[in-house]
Amino acid sequence: MYNAKIRGVLIEGDKTYADISSDVTRPMLIDKTPVWWWVASFVASAMLVWGVWGFYNTIVNGIGTWGNNNSVSWGWAIINFVWWIGIGHAGTAFSIFLLVLHQKWRTSINRAAEAMTIFAVAAAGMFPLIHMGRIWDGFFIFPYPNTRGPLWDNFNSPLFWDVMAISTYLTASFVFWYIGMIPDFATIRERTVSKIKKKVYGILSFGWVGSARGWLRFESAALLMGGLAAPLVVSVHSIVATDFAAGVLPGWHSTIFPPFFVVGAIFSGFAMVMTLMIIVRKVFHYEQYVTKGHLDAIARVLTFVSLIMGVAYIIEIFVAWYSDNPYEMYIFFHNRATGPYAFEYWAMVAFNAIVPQLFWFKKIRSNITVVFIISILINIGMWYERYVIVVTSLSKTFLPATWHSYSPSVTEIAVFVGTIGFFILGILMFMKFLPMMAISELKGILKETGAHDKPDFRDVLKAKKKNKK
Amino acid sequence: MEKIYWQSIENYKEIQKEGVASNEKTPEFAIKGLDESELKGKSSRRDFLKMMGFSVSAVALVSSCQMPVRKAIPLLNRPKDLIPGVPNFYASTFFDGDEFCSVLVKTRESRPIKIEGNELCPLSQSGTTARVQASVLNLYDDARLKNPLKNSEKTDWKSLDKEVTKKLNGFKDMGKEVIFMTSTIISPTTTKLIGEFIQKFPNVKWLQYDSVPMSSIREANKKNFNKAIIPFYNFDKADVIVGFNADFLGTWLLPVTFSKQFSKRRKLSKSQNNMSRFYQFETNMSMTGSNADYRYQIRPSEESAVLLKLYNVLSEKLNSVSYSAPKVDIKVDKVANDLLNSKGKSLVVSGTNDLKIQLIVNAINNLLGNYGKTIDLSKPINLKQGDEKDMMAAISSMESGKASGIIFYNVNPVYDCVHADMFAKSIKNLDLKISFSPILDETSKLCDYVCPDNNYLESWNDAEPVAGYLSVVQPTIRPIFNTRQAQDSLLSWMGEDIKFSDYLENNWKSNFFKRQKEYSSFDKFWFSTKQNGVYRLSEKVNKNFKFKVTKLSADKPQKSSIELALYESVSMGSGRYANNPWLQELPDPVTTATWDNYVTISLSQAKEMGLKQEDVVKVNGKVELPVLLQPGQTPGTIGIAVGYGHHSAGKVGNGIGKNVYELSNITSGRKNLNGTNINILKTDKTYSLALTQTHHVMEGRPIVRETDLSSYRKDPASGNEMHQEFIKNEDLSLYPKPEFAGFRWGMSIDLNSCTGCNNCIVSCQAENNVAVVGKEQVKNGRIMHWLRVDRYYSDMAENPAVFRMPVMCQQCDNAPCENVCPVGALTHSEEGLSQVAYNRCIGTRYCMNNCPYKVRRFNWYEYVNNNSFDYNLNSELGKLVLNPDVTVRQRGVVEKCTYCVQRIQEKKLTAKADDRELKDGEVKTACQQSCPTDAIQFGNLLEKNSKVNKTNDTERMYHLLESLHTVPTTSYLTKVRNINA
Repeated sequence: MYNAKIRGVLIEGDKTYADISSDVTRPMLIDKTPVWWWVASFVASAMLVWGVWGFYNTIVNGIGTWGNNNSVSWGWAIINFVWWIGIGHAGTAFSIFLLVLHQKWRTSINRAAEAMTIFAVAAAGMFPLIHMGRIWDGFFIFPYPNTRGPLWDNFNSPLFWDVMAISTYLTASFVFWYIGMIPDFATIRERTVSKIKKKVYGILSFGWVGSARGWLRFESAALLMGGLAAPLVVSVHSIVATDFAAGVLPGWHSTIFPPFFVVGAIFSGFAMVMTLMIIVRKVFHYEQYVTKGHLDAIARVLTFVSLIMGVAYIIEIFVAWYSDNPYEMYIFFHNRATGPYAFEYWAMVAFNAIVPQLFWFKKIRSNITVVFIISILINIGMWYERYVIVVTSLSKTFLPATWHSYSPSVTEIAVFVGTIGFFILGILMFMKFLPMMAISELKGILKETGAHDKPDFRDVLKAKKKNKK
Repeated sequence: MEKIYWQSIENYKEIQKEGVASNEKTPEFAIKGLDESELKGKSSRRDFLKMMGFSVSAVALVSSCQMPVRKAIPLLNRPKDLIPGVPNFYASTFFDGDEFCSVLVKTRESRPIKIEGNELCPLSQSGTTARVQASVLNLYDDARLKNPLKNSEKTDWKSLDKEVTKKLNGFKDMGKEVIFMTSTIISPTTTKLIGEFIQKFPNVKWLQYDSVPMSSIREANKKNFNKAIIPFYNFDKADVIVGFNADFLGTWLLPVTFSKQFSKRRKLSKSQNNMSRFYQFETNMSMTGSNADYRYQIRPSEESAVLLKLYNVLSEKLNSVSYSAPKVDIKVDKVANDLLNSKGKSLVVSGTNDLKIQLIVNAINNLLGNYGKTIDLSKPINLKQGDEKDMMAAISSMESGKASGIIFYNVNPVYDCVHADMFAKSIKNLDLKISFSPILDETSKLCDYVCPDNNYLESWNDAEPVAGYLSVVQPTIRPIFNTRQAQDSLLSWMGEDIKFSDYLENNWKSNFFKRQKEYSSFDKFWFSTKQNGVYRLSEKVNKNFKFKVTKLSADKPQKSSIELALYESVSMGSGRYANNPWLQELPDPVTTATWDNYVTISLSQAKEMGLKQEDVVKVNGKVELPVLLQPGQTPGTIGIAVGYGHHSAGKVGNGIGKNVYELSNITSGRKNLNGTNINILKTDKTYSLALTQTHHVMEGRPIVRETDLSSYRKDPASGNEMHQEFIKNEDLSLYPKPEFAGFRWGMSIDLNSCTGCNNCIVSCQAENNVAVVGKEQVKNGRIMHWLRVDRYYSDMAENPAVFRMPVMCQQCDNAPCENVCPVGALTHSEEGLSQVAYNRCIGTRYCMNNCPYKVRRFNWYEYVNNNSFDYNLNSELGKLVLNPDVTVRQRGVVEKCTYCVQRIQEKKLTAKADDRELKDGEVKTACQQSCPTDAIQFGNLLEKNSKVNKTNDTERMYHLLESLHTVPTTSYLTKVRNINA
């Protein structure tokens, strides 16, 4: 129908521009809210409610309700914080890295990835807050003008950098995400028949009319934001890494940490995007937009990043041995590779460095179920990585008299489950109320990458329905 | 007046009219319908009444709501010597029936808050033990009785006195015996009073009772020297010390004095490169034994045989009589050689209450010529005067009906007597049972009358722990409750109209004043004695003692059964402090366990019996206790601490651990903690123990650095070579070196002196308002102690060497904690202190992670005013012990050792007020002040001749984890063992 494809098919089913608009806005405008959505929302809300109890218990009674102790004074909260931040990396990685690398296949994924980023970073942000012993004095962490001297923050502290990096990242990601949605809001506004929706999406679209000037401004704003946000991909997780690397503890005090963390974050972010997109394309029938080719591309990226992870693990061990530092050696050889935390360590190695290598096989890459399972395993593996870093190093530091083990309390688990509930609920809301793919961007690549010789998408659906009958 | 012009006739008339009207009072303003009074606020009588009615009722309403009562001290009439904010110190004496210590009591705004050692006391020499330190908290114990009781009902002193006097007189007339059971009394005045009491009531039989008796030493000396005394031991004069189950650094007789003496000979400096050698033969791994150069594991039944074997080896070399001795495997040649090489400069002691053993000990000491040198018979120790025979006689006279009354003073036999049940039954039928116990303990519960005694901090008394060494007890606070000192009760029952304080003064006037020549007036003598707390009579004493040889024999060692060795733990002692949360939470110096007693068992024995740590075993089918695997425990034996298992001690102590006094060994009428044959059965239960340390070996890390004496003599840096290597590159840093002007506070800890008695922990806790967190939290690794004593074994083996290291904040100059605090709550002072601003702390705990020494403590919960932590900080009374100079920390903030910054500041201010420089040694941290071994030195590192610099000026000095380049100002001196390399 339109021009011939150059770079392979990214949008299947011989779509027209109108098809794309109606497909993307369908869940918001036409479809009734499916039952599974309500069920999922209920489960997620229940998780969130349990999490709220965890928050309440922590704030009212104190951090004592957690499993931490004087030796291991960081635990699940920090593990989960780093984990969520890692997941929150996908948005910018997709939007900006792939943009810069001219990877057109990002267009059908980046919106969802950015939404994921917002909710993941918000979930992550809860942890430093709840983790504070005196949350009511939490505002001390911001450098605001005050009458106490003035008393400023400690600009040398990685935790302070953290606050700055994460709040910047959250703001930038949100603005980038929002700007990208403005034309799509306008599309919904134009298409809806509900007065309320018209009003709400009208406000959200900032009066977008689709004029040439509007598009011009939009493009340059997106570009500017993209340019500004690009360094954040590197900065956020490398700063989180300095929380550890700036410490003196064996297993933490290591220059490899910032790049290692950034790679790990991209790894877990991509894995989470994979998990999410497999679900989205299935339940919303977006197989023609998020094609197997897309998943294949993510799987290839994961394979490569997994190799880097594996190298990082080997380097860590090698450096521990090469340093001849007894403390470092003990942590790696007696408290990670062997010892009470060996399971967590080897789970980490297996899930992050070994299992993703299965993606070398095309057969596995194209088996969606296996890909789905592996993407989840990677996320578990990345959680274990943070667990290994935080707990093994803290539990056995320099003086053996201070060694103490750690296990989480119910409250800590509740807080974590609560943030998962929050994340899922956020994603569900996103699915229900916001366009899951960037309509305009999809249209932009349709000419070159659409599958124009394939039968119409709707015909396929009709045929499917007939077959079912 | 202004002239008015009129313009017409009408106008003129009008003006005229107005002029008239202006003479009348016109309102300034008017509102229709309101009269003037209301507008102007003038009130009528009715209004006045209305207003008054309203305000009176309003005031009544408001004042009936509770308003916070703010306590303040009105200084219109300031009490003499009381300046708010300035502490007063009173010299006094701690004696609880078992343990003596001369103390200084620090009071703030009239309340005692801290016990310090009294430097002027020649016996305790400013040292204390953990129990002495914690005793101040007993003053504020919620379990204390607030009134005298009659049949558990509140009564008043007047009617109580009347009834008791009547009964006592009745018994006197009938000739019925009344038993007066006391702990050992070392107070000469109280002894005199009791004598007069007996004169008044001849039917009263006085009996001294020790829960952990030592009567065999008196008996042995009676046989050998014809004097039933405990001699004074001079551990500092001995080159070779041999101990047999004697915990003389922890609980035996005068632990503070002995620690001072012992550590004196363990210090090494440029001028002193010799130290004593200490052999210990023991069953349990005791705190004292863990400090031994050579430690031998013996079963309790082997003790006499080993001693006799040692005696025979010695007598053979010295051509004396030998006795036939049963065979034991333990080799004694080495000890014998060392003893022979230091004749007259050696000391053999045994803490076992067994006449046979004490006779052999005496014979060995006599053989070596130690009497008159390391053992001083002319200065007998007055502790442990109880004799179990008297106790048995009392029980039989109660059972036979000869006695019809009993009075308890400072004893709790229903708890700690071997036949507690029998004893409880036999006192039941008595007509009069009086207890002076300050709390409703197991014994006083059974009494008709409880006449709560004052705490020692509210009392007048004196003490003579060692003949000629006098010491005064003076009150530091008025009795908090309606209690009365036992001596006053006795006086009033005698019908004497005199207070005990006057009685005491009179006795000193008539007795001790006359026996001294230093002071010409009694007032001066009395005043200075009260001020110094101690007075030493320099009277001539008989120094001629002739040794009478007795026949020696030994028991045949047992091999088959399991033997029990009970012991007094360093925190609980004989069990008087069960309700003291500081002591309950004090880790045992050997096991590091808190809040429980348990069965210590050797590793091989446990393996043999299939026991794991925390498995519950049943001892003798009665007592169920958890197992703790104890390296150093003699295989075939188990150890259990006495002093636990109270059921009537108070909210803290009730139900903690198990009472095992009933398992004591009674041989020939003597109560001996060692040697009961028992059986243990494994049960299916487990019971968790709260240990503060879960890993016990150093993993080859250079933490406690050690060497042996001969290597040290060759090279003082031996064992510390790493430090020499380190200081070569010490100043390699990208950052400028921190510079200090004036002060740079530093601490030096001599690992060779430290015995691990844990006194410093409690001292720090009292000084710095450190919270008690309870067993559950200790188990979770959340103990709050700012100072801990790490204990390492050389390996987890049968008889390992033990290392100890007190660790508190090292006050690093490159503090890793400071630079990671996001809010800048941690700063480094200009005097080198690492500071925490509690108010600024938001509790991210990053500093705790980054502290390599793990000395930072987080307030996981609110520990004050929180009934989940039902110890002392949730009661109005218990909180009185808080030091007002130190902030009580809120939940969610991190705290740590401050080098007692409040003490530094106080002394600096004093010096400033006096317009002089701060002297070295003026500032003493809490841990340092009362250290019984003077292991801790504190001072200004910038002052060349300060004590801390002088102590550090040795090749033994190193910093903990110095390779991290944290540049701590706390330094350690290597441990030197006097062993043959």
